[in-house]
Amino acid sequence: MAGKIFAVLVALITLATAYCVIAHVWWMPVDISVHGPKIDHQLEETVLVAGLLFIAGQLVLAAFAFLYGAAGRKPTQIPGGAKPLIIFAFVLVGTEVLALSFIGSKAWGSVYFEAPDPASMRVDVQAGQFAYYFRYPGPDGKFGSLHPDLINEGNQNYFGLDPDHDPDAKDDIVTAEFAIPVNKPILITLHSKDVGHSFYVRELRIQQDFVPGLNIPIHFTATQTGRFEIVCTQLCGLGHYNMKAYLSVLSPADFDDWLKKQASLQ
Amino acid sequence: MPLTSAHAAVHHAPPQGFIRKYVFSVDHKVIGIQYTTLSIVAAFIGMALSWAFRIHLGWPDAHIPLLEMLSKNGAPGGLMTPEYYLSLVTMHGTIMAFFVLTAAPMAGYGNYILPIQVGAADMAFPRLNMASFWVTFVGFLLACATFVIPDGPPLSGWTAYAPLSAVGAVAGPGQGWGQNLWGLSIAIFCVASLLGALNFIVTTLDLRTKGMTMSRLPISTWAWFINAWVSLLAFAVLLPTCLLLVLDRLGGTSFFIPGGLVINDQMQPHSGGSPLLFQHLFWFFGHPEVYIIILPAFGIVSHIIPTFIRKPLVGGWKVITWSMIAIGTLSFVVWGHHMFVSGMSPYMGMVFSVPTLLITIPSTIAVLVWVFSLYRGNIRFDTPMLFCLGFLSLFITGGIGGFFLAQPSTDSYLHATTFVVGHFHFTMGLSAIFAAFAGFYYWFPKMFGRMMNEKLGKVHFWLSFPLVYCVFMTMHLTGFAGAVRRYSAFVDDFMAPLIPTNRFISVAALLLGATQFVFLFNAIWSRFKGPKAPDNPWGGTTLEWDTTSPPPFDNFGGRQITVYHGPMEYDGEASVMQTSPPAAVAGT
Amino acid sequence: MKTQHRIALLTLCLLVLALALLRSAPSVGAAATSQITGTVKLDGQAPHAKPIDMSKDPACAQTRSGAPPTTENVVVGGNGGLANVVIYISQGLTGNEGATPSQPATIDQKGCVYVPHVVAMNVGQHLTVLNNDKTAHNIHPQPNPTGGNAQWNKSQTAGSAPIDVSWTNEEVAIPVKCNIHPWMRAFIAVVKGPFGLSDETGSFKLDNVPAGTYTLTAWQETYGTQTQKVTVAAGKPASADFTFKAK
Repeated sequence: MAGKIFAVLVALITLATAYCVIAHVWWMPVDISVHGPKIDHQLEETVLVAGLLFIAGQLVLAAFAFLYGAAGRKPTQIPGGAKPLIIFAFVLVGTEVLALSFIGSKAWGSVYFEAPDPASMRVDVQAGQFAYYFRYPGPDGKFGSLHPDLINEGNQNYFGLDPDHDPDAKDDIVTAEFAIPVNKPILITLHSKDVGHSFYVRELRIQQDFVPGLNIPIHFTATQTGRFEIVCTQLCGLGHYNMKAYLSVLSPADFDDWLKKQASLQ
Repeated sequence: MPLTSAHAAVHHAPPQGFIRKYVFSVDHKVIGIQYTTLSIVAAFIGMALSWAFRIHLGWPDAHIPLLEMLSKNGAPGGLMTPEYYLSLVTMHGTIMAFFVLTAAPMAGYGNYILPIQVGAADMAFPRLNMASFWVTFVGFLLACATFVIPDGPPLSGWTAYAPLSAVGAVAGPGQGWGQNLWGLSIAIFCVASLLGALNFIVTTLDLRTKGMTMSRLPISTWAWFINAWVSLLAFAVLLPTCLLLVLDRLGGTSFFIPGGLVINDQMQPHSGGSPLLFQHLFWFFGHPEVYIIILPAFGIVSHIIPTFIRKPLVGGWKVITWSMIAIGTLSFVVWGHHMFVSGMSPYMGMVFSVPTLLITIPSTIAVLVWVFSLYRGNIRFDTPMLFCLGFLSLFITGGIGGFFLAQPSTDSYLHATTFVVGHFHFTMGLSAIFAAFAGFYYWFPKMFGRMMNEKLGKVHFWLSFPLVYCVFMTMHLTGFAGAVRRYSAFVDDFMAPLIPTNRFISVAALLLGATQFVFLFNAIWSRFKGPKAPDNPWGGTTLEWDTTSPPPFDNFGGRQITVYHGPMEYDGEASVMQTSPPAAVAGT
Repeated sequence: MKTQHRIALLTLCLLVLALALLRSAPSVGAAATSQITGTVKLDGQAPHAKPIDMSKDPACAQTRSGAPPTTENVVVGGNGGLANVVIYISQGLTGNEGATPSQPATIDQKGCVYVPHVVAMNVGQHLTVLNNDKTAHNIHPQPNPTGGNAQWNKSQTAGSAPIDVSWTNEEVAIPVKCNIHPWMRAFIAVVKGPFGLSDETGSFKLDNVPAGTYTLTAWQETYGTQTQKVTVAAGKPASADFTFKAK
């Protein structure tokens, strides 16, 4: 009796889980990046492969629990013993995991192994407990150098710029919101002011840690306008849950207006 | 290796007096019970921490009265501050991973059962064994001490990434002396584990009784033996890592801290260090650690299932044992899958992804062996077997979740979401715990000479099993939505709609916690009032069932033990004890 | 009542009245204290007050009121009056300046800025920290490590109770930051004796200053300090004006 109850329970759990996944009860938001479809495709493939294995594994377990409660039978082993199991594991699972690896490398590669477009718009991103700040190079196209000893958040010098002595820094535009034009390649460099943080935009299908001491480049192109959240996913202290910024993907005209307005507020 | 009786080598007189018998005892059986008791206490503390932060996640405005008593700074008026939430999460992970999951199935049951299963009178180094328990205990006290010091426990997670954990109190609340105590506590735990691993290895190699060849070892002993090797290599790396961390904090060094950092408006004096170095060192230990946690569970389940299906595992001892050896070995080359988005070279993403996916193969073989052994068995659904079946379901689920995290492309979306939390709770958390419960219900009669209550055991299982899915499968699903982990509140636009789901998880978690009191009551009550247990209540075949319940001081009452059979031989429904002389078994 | 009794009763009443009047009179030197008033001005152009973008925490906007927030390192009123300047007596105090105020000073976190931006208070006086925002703040005063005041760091979740603290040592001024909202900045000036804080017009007033000659110091977070000697006579308010030069 216990075996049958276990089997039914496992079957119900398996069905409920499968339903929630297939029906996308909780699912990824819309993808707005050029490389996103490759990642989404890889995820769907994995759901299929992993899902089938999950369902098969749980249902076989349930079936055996259901069928083989003590009934005075003479216990015997499956025909062929362990050999078919080992072959199955090596051949089916082995092939499948290698396939996922090599096909998946294209998705991974589209984020990291392709060089950024030389005409990318560059933005410098700084993460610090507990906010993100963004820096646009301004009309001269050059970023001013950073002087951590000059950082004064109370006076809104978040990056430690020295506009009085550094001509490149004079026209840098520092913002708390990350706005970009749609359909334009963007190259961002990530650096941290203090401890580890991370840059996670679900819709862009990008997640990259900030590592103190490193300047990490990431490039992407957004394909839809809208307002999206950048959230921190690397535990950085008490304000970790409240560390976010908004990504605004704008039409090129709107972006130009926005940048002009931000420049006037510096 | 000589297969002579080792009684002379470890012979020591029975201890006299309460202190030598139950406190500072060199008897592996007492030490095993001490470890198990420590783990149960630690488990309830770890669970209580989770109840506190799950209540906070489900009802953020709740005033939790007991919490203010624990920490006036952390929860003034009973309202949990963001830093205290993270401190509770940090200590929950630390206490559970080290003092429960690494301690109980390995040091707890292993210490008690392994010497008996190989036919020895005690471990090879009984005094070292006693030392390793008390050193573990000191480590545990240091971990608990973080709650009573003014700065409180650290908040950097059980993973303690630098530089947050390395720069000292300037990093903010929760990063004061608590982090130092944490580092010392874990370093001390490493020492204890290394001592324990030595004992397991030497005992298994040198103290096997006559006839106990390596091929006749019970699978649980194999698992503890393989695990001891993995522990030796992994803890040897964590120990210096913790010391380097404490040096960065107290000694002015900069192993993990680069230059130019501004924290709380102060330029940090460090320079030249690498935060990624910490991650590599930690995960070089951290990944084998999860296998250190699960291998004893594999052994326990492999040992118990044959008893309750009345036949050996498919493939005998070789297939399952070689799978465990393969898993233990491969576990050392996959650590980078925790670091796909960490800033390490993206090429390493592929380098680590391939072996991580390949580890699926021996794991699949093991699962197939267990599941397909059920085929045409005569399954008896006593509590130990129910927990083994539960283990199988949970491990299948957890393992499948690994597919998503083993590939860097999909991991780049799922990293640091609740998907990961669900995944590791299924694999190293609840699978190992279910196996530990199976072992507890299975060996309790042997250890204490009394039977546990079957009805309460079944209630414990039937409530726990579905509740585990309610809590942790739901986390997989919210992870698909990108729900971020380690958040003390859900203020983001996309997180707010997940609050009702989180409340559901919290309710299920609290119910799951409450259910564990059924187990606790059963264990304590049965210890004193349970019906007397026979020598072999389950019909096992291995050496521990060939002695009294509980065993005498030297395990076998001075008898010469000679082994003639493997550990999983059955003749129809009847057990073939390992000590049965060959003539007694007809037509096998 | 007989006449003698009436006189006795009247005398008694008068005595009681006199005593009451005497007791209710201000403390020692009451008739001998005076005020120092004045104005602080900025000579030159104030630096551009950059608006603060608080979009990272939408809850800040919920309790926001008034003008859009800008950096408050230099706040200048219409006629060049410099606000948030702390004026206090740095030399000449004799210890007869009266007891520490029993009213606590307050600082509020509202709309994700500190209100007021600068708090002036006495050693030993209580400070009440309020959080009237719908988001958690983490109040972090950073006194000089060698100055004697203890550094502390406390989270205040939305709706939690006020925090009550006091300072043991003088310090002008303790910077205060919020760990969660990096743009938030306040200063707490802890002084002994009478003090004043200039408002938007630059005017300030120190009350209950006993007669004497003093050195008056004016402190502003960007422009530093200036001093002036001032003599206060009994019953005659003194005045002192300060002018800071813009950089």
